[in-house]
Amino acid sequence: MLDRLGEMLSLEFMRRAFLGGILVGASCAFLSVFVVLRRLAFVSQGVSHAAFGGVALAVLVGVNPSLGALVFSVGTALAIGGVSRRRSWVEDSSIGIFLAVSMALGLLFLGLKRGSATGLYGYLFGSILSILPSDLPWMIGLTCLVFLVLLVFMKELYFYVFDETMARVAGVPVDALYFGLLILLAVTISLGMKLVGAILVTALLVIPGATARFLTSNIVVLIPLSIAIGVLGVILGLTLAYLVNVSPGASIVVVLFLGFLGAFLASGQRS
Amino acid sequence: MNAAASKPVIDVQHLSFRRDGRIVLHDVSFQIQEHELVGLIGPNGGGKTSLLQTLLGVLHPYEGTIHVLGREPAHLDKARGQIGYVAQTKQFDRDFPARAKDVVLMGTFPQVGFAKLPGSKEKASVYGALEQVGMQDRASRPIGRLSGGEQQRVFIAQALVSHPRLLILDEPTAGVDREGEESLIRLLTRLKAQSDLTILMVSHNVSLIRSHTDRIVALNRDLIFAGPASGLTDAVIAEVYHPHPAEAPGA
Repeated sequence: MLDRLGEMLSLEFMRRAFLGGILVGASCAFLSVFVVLRRLAFVSQGVSHAAFGGVALAVLVGVNPSLGALVFSVGTALAIGGVSRRRSWVEDSSIGIFLAVSMALGLLFLGLKRGSATGLYGYLFGSILSILPSDLPWMIGLTCLVFLVLLVFMKELYFYVFDETMARVAGVPVDALYFGLLILLAVTISLGMKLVGAILVTALLVIPGATARFLTSNIVVLIPLSIAIGVLGVILGLTLAYLVNVSPGASIVVVLFLGFLGAFLASGQRS
Repeated sequence: MNAAASKPVIDVQHLSFRRDGRIVLHDVSFQIQEHELVGLIGPNGGGKTSLLQTLLGVLHPYEGTIHVLGREPAHLDKARGQIGYVAQTKQFDRDFPARAKDVVLMGTFPQVGFAKLPGSKEKASVYGALEQVGMQDRASRPIGRLSGGEQQRVFIAQALVSHPRLLILDEPTAGVDREGEESLIRLLTRLKAQSDLTILMVSHNVSLIRSHTDRIVALNRDLIFAGPASGLTDAVIAEVYHPHPAEAPGA
């Protein structure tokens, strides 16, 4: 067992997967606190599926798939936000529409691309091998961006997710924060999908925050706890994926879910 | 203090407001002077919340003129911190990770400013505000674990923490039992007596409003009454809560 762990860490691509995974896990888990408090889980589901449409289009026209994912996910996030700011009930429906349309576009683009598109499987369900050396500077940069934005506007975001009306009356730029959150969501999704895939990236954006919420009602503890859960889930999940040779997306999600279940049961016993 | 000589804290002239093409407020004019406790009454859909939200600059555009603390609502800027507001419905999650003191600290936003962290001065004023409403020993309790009346006190502390000149409350006694209602109104009377605060509060409890406020404004789309509490006769009340002519059956 120890031999296999030593062997895992001696592999260049595994070390890269761990570094990338920790960055992705930390930024998703930080954001997940606000995703859970502002109830953006379904939005993140919609945006991540849109990212898949972007990847397929990028493959079709021959540009970097990550770029396609980023453009599509930011575009969809802004579209969902724009529509739902006008009519509040539309958020839910518009996500359902955008989610299906972008998956349909993705399949359509794939159909147009004759020949093999096997690399796309990795974008759907994640792959350890997909994190390239050239990805790391981007991952580091975008993780720093996510942390910086969330830390600088923490007070405003906290007020906004607690009570939007009061925040607006106090002069907090509520609309800008909403769109800012959506853009950060899109950025982290395009980061996370390389590792865990478009279908499963929502788990990274929801489970750590939801798990931490069961364990504490103090926001000062909640945020670091959520980040720790996200990072730990990625490390354990990646290790498991290597040892039993399964998709890293699946094993990370299963590990995170077990943690969620444990926290849920523990909180039930306390109250 | 000579109310007649000082500038009104709220000055509304010929205010009309439409929402989705429907007239919500029609040609409403009234003034509120400094250091008054004013009750705002009217039926559901009579325009009370819309009036408060136009005063706060949340709802626009409107016809007519509004001056709050001498400024138009769209240009409150720094004066925003001089207005404390307690909204009607608090639809926060019972499990939301916020303690009473966290909720009050949010109210320091106008002083602290955008993207800056509150300092020791703001944190001290949080305890001061909690003390004003008698909630200092509940400071570290999660907001969702407090009773309706206690939560309402915390939200009043949130509105008071920026040391406002004007406090606006939208149905602060909704969802609070009779005893809590009495104690809330005693709290407001005491706050007014202790400081230069001007208070405007919406309530459905007409008898409570009549016995505890200085003046009453009654709205049912049109302004039905604005004057001393003693002038609110049963006939006026009947007129206020009578269906508006345009909405009456057969209209």
